[in-house]
Amino acid sequence: MTLQLDARIPAGPIEDKWENHKFSVRLVNPANKRKFKILIVGSGLAGASAAASLAELGYDVEVFTFHDSARRAHSIAAQGGINAAKNYKNDGDSVFRLFYDTVKGGDYRSREANVYRLAHESLNIIDQATAQGVPFAREYGGLLDNRSFGGAQVARTFYARGQTGQQLLLGAYQALARQVADGSVKLHTRVEMLDVVIKEGRAVGIVTRDLVSGQVSNHSGHAIVLATGGYSNVFFLSTNAMACNVSAIWRAHRKGAGFANPCFTQIHPTCIPASDEFQSKLTLMSESLRNDGRIWVPARPGDDRPSGQIPKEERDYFLERMYPAFGNLVPRDVASRAVKRIVDEGKGVGPLHNGVYLDFHDAIERERRNVIEERYDNLFEMYERITDEDPYEVPMRIYPAPHYTMGGLWVDYNLMTTVPGLYAIGEANFSDHGANRLGASALMQGLADGYFVLPMTIGDYLAEFLNQAPVPTDDPVFDEARAGVEDRVERFLATRGSRTVDWFHKELGKIMLEYCGMSRSEPGLNKALSEIPALYEEFRADLRVLGTAGGLNQTLERAGRVEDFFELSQAMCLDALRREESCGGHFREEFQSDDGEALRRDDEFSHVSVWEWTGDPGQPQLNIEPLTFEAVKPSTRSYK
Amino acid sequence: MNITLQIWRQDGPDRPGGFKVYEVDGISAEMSFLEMLDALNERLANQGDEPVAFDHDCREGICGACGVMIDGQAHGPQLGTATCQLHMRKFENGATITVEPWRAAGFPLIKDLVVDRSAFDRIIEAGGYITVDTGSAPDANLTPVPKPVADTAFDAAACIGCGACVAACPNGAANLFTAAKISHLNLLPQGQAERWTRTENMVEVMEEYFGSCTNHGECEKACPKSISIDFIAMMNSDYLRAKLKNRRLVAQ
Repeated sequence: MTLQLDARIPAGPIEDKWENHKFSVRLVNPANKRKFKILIVGSGLAGASAAASLAELGYDVEVFTFHDSARRAHSIAAQGGINAAKNYKNDGDSVFRLFYDTVKGGDYRSREANVYRLAHESLNIIDQATAQGVPFAREYGGLLDNRSFGGAQVARTFYARGQTGQQLLLGAYQALARQVADGSVKLHTRVEMLDVVIKEGRAVGIVTRDLVSGQVSNHSGHAIVLATGGYSNVFFLSTNAMACNVSAIWRAHRKGAGFANPCFTQIHPTCIPASDEFQSKLTLMSESLRNDGRIWVPARPGDDRPSGQIPKEERDYFLERMYPAFGNLVPRDVASRAVKRIVDEGKGVGPLHNGVYLDFHDAIERERRNVIEERYDNLFEMYERITDEDPYEVPMRIYPAPHYTMGGLWVDYNLMTTVPGLYAIGEANFSDHGANRLGASALMQGLADGYFVLPMTIGDYLAEFLNQAPVPTDDPVFDEARAGVEDRVERFLATRGSRTVDWFHKELGKIMLEYCGMSRSEPGLNKALSEIPALYEEFRADLRVLGTAGGLNQTLERAGRVEDFFELSQAMCLDALRREESCGGHFREEFQSDDGEALRRDDEFSHVSVWEWTGDPGQPQLNIEPLTFEAVKPSTRSYK
Repeated sequence: MNITLQIWRQDGPDRPGGFKVYEVDGISAEMSFLEMLDALNERLANQGDEPVAFDHDCREGICGACGVMIDGQAHGPQLGTATCQLHMRKFENGATITVEPWRAAGFPLIKDLVVDRSAFDRIIEAGGYITVDTGSAPDANLTPVPKPVADTAFDAAACIGCGACVAACPNGAANLFTAAKISHLNLLPQGQAERWTRTENMVEVMEEYFGSCTNHGECEKACPKSISIDFIAMMNSDYLRAKLKNRRLVAQ
């Protein structure tokens, strides 16, 4: 173990830690803030909210996004909602209950202090977003409405039809636009970060490529913030947008940032099943649908009658049968595994027998069609456009798909990685969701980090550098990083092989989904660990990237991202292999109870696995951060 | 399915462009339009031709990155549908499909089907926000918003900023885009403090980049979120009132 893993968890009872910490961190006085330059990579919920908030405080901020506009980040596609412990419903919710549900939902593999802070800040997020004009759903009296979500027995989810992520992102984007107009933020669009620059152990800048001109440039700052999302696209088919990638955090990892729990990935239970081999991505149907939809399959395997002709008594409402207390609202990992098990038993429905029904018939009869329309109409329309089937008439078909990654760069309580001056926020870090994220918690975490946590904690690091200019961009450390970036671009173009980037990405995705997806085993992971390096060799020798580096070249962009997935995938498999237990989204076939439930092993694995780059993607070095639970006692998760 | 594609290829803004014809066979009706373009690009790369550049990302019709003219229609023939959500089953086997980038003076071409829509960001920067510094917000339930008002504000806020409205407009006007954001914020109680300056500033920046609206209504038809041109009427009415109100405010 060579990484310094001091989580810097503040002293005091769990309720007071954040307040104590805010009082004890060093501050930068308002007049001095403008002397500090902060570079933020990514403009999703976390990046945009952090950029706007830091600029409001007076910091000199630059934002980099590879999209054509800051409004496009994939946060925009989040559908269902955002949790907050407002207890507007008077159903017994509290900050402590949200904290408890999140720690339990994460299967006791997250850091208590961070999660409590998250639950606490959830209250402020709703206030902030509402003041920005985010049009959350409202009751007839004009007050905010809530709905319930998987893994919770209270209704604490705020939502904006099925487009909550869009509306929250636009709120943050507009707050950012205000700062751009004001001159407080310099925004670089269609610019991709390709490396982090380190000097004397600290992050001092980044190297970027302008995707339109091909120009490679150096940028220097006092602190660097990565808000670049998750890496589900390592599976090729996922619910992530096409451009989502691991490159920014992987490049940081190669420069010394520890990578925590890479094998903690979330498979979302309600996605539209794949229809053919040309499928480019999978589309999520919001988990909120499980509030009103009932999941079932024909009780008899191979029953190919149309859904409407199967009488109720010949249907298996398997989630309601297996988990009577939570029913269709069990957490995502539990639901996904149950669906997989049922389909593996041969009860799958649809032309390829690769899905289960999500049926709204009962809800439409109970609530009337217009109520259901109000809640989900845009989701129903999207489903119909994709499948050509009307969910008001026939049940939806759903199947699990890779959706979110709980793993990410290790960060301390201040959200700083193991590299001083380098921060990771939102999905890019690992801290709050443990081994499984509850629905409607990703938006909450991205915004808590960006609006309320980072702006408080970043000053603690910066205060030390008052009146010191950032490292100049002509420093040799920048030249070295830049040369590395340019060489890599040249290497891709010079390979002139015979196979396309997408071909390699699909092949890698197949291996990962098969052996490191919803269910993992020692022989499978070992197989993946022998196949991936062989495929990677082929990638390096036989890749075909056409065109030049001197302009827009979308294949060239993808080549770098896929190469980073090749390295990451090995860390994921090694992490999954070493974690000899089942917890949350990580299910090892060797560790399950008699009825197929996950078997956690707290005595040996109640810790964060933090991997350190050694130069060989197949041989990273393991570091451990032990987890202690004081406020919540780990127990076997039961949703029965 | 077998189809013939007629695609606009252009290396850069200052380079000559033109249509190229590609015959594509073995297309599945279950493919989305962009998956069909993916398949074309795989084949082009395999035969050593540079793939067609096009913007796209979420493929769920929400990020607003994609969008091309398909047979002269922004986002193609299906109403209320972005290009990524359009499926090949909407086309006949053997069809010839013409694919062009958004054509508008406000959206300069970058390459092939990719255009520069950053003028939209300039419009938002001119006032498409509510000024509220992080941390200064009151409790969210302090200000009730009548449900019909909140719902109408949402209808406007659903805009994804794809630019189809501009591409479909014979004048290359961005009134639907601008009106959607102005209406979203101007309808809500939270947006009242800046209502008149917002309206005047956003409309004026819009006019720097885009043409003028003459009520053709093509924008509403092309909009993948079916945003109503009623919002343009609201914007026009607010703009007129803003001219008077802002002058009065300055005079005070």
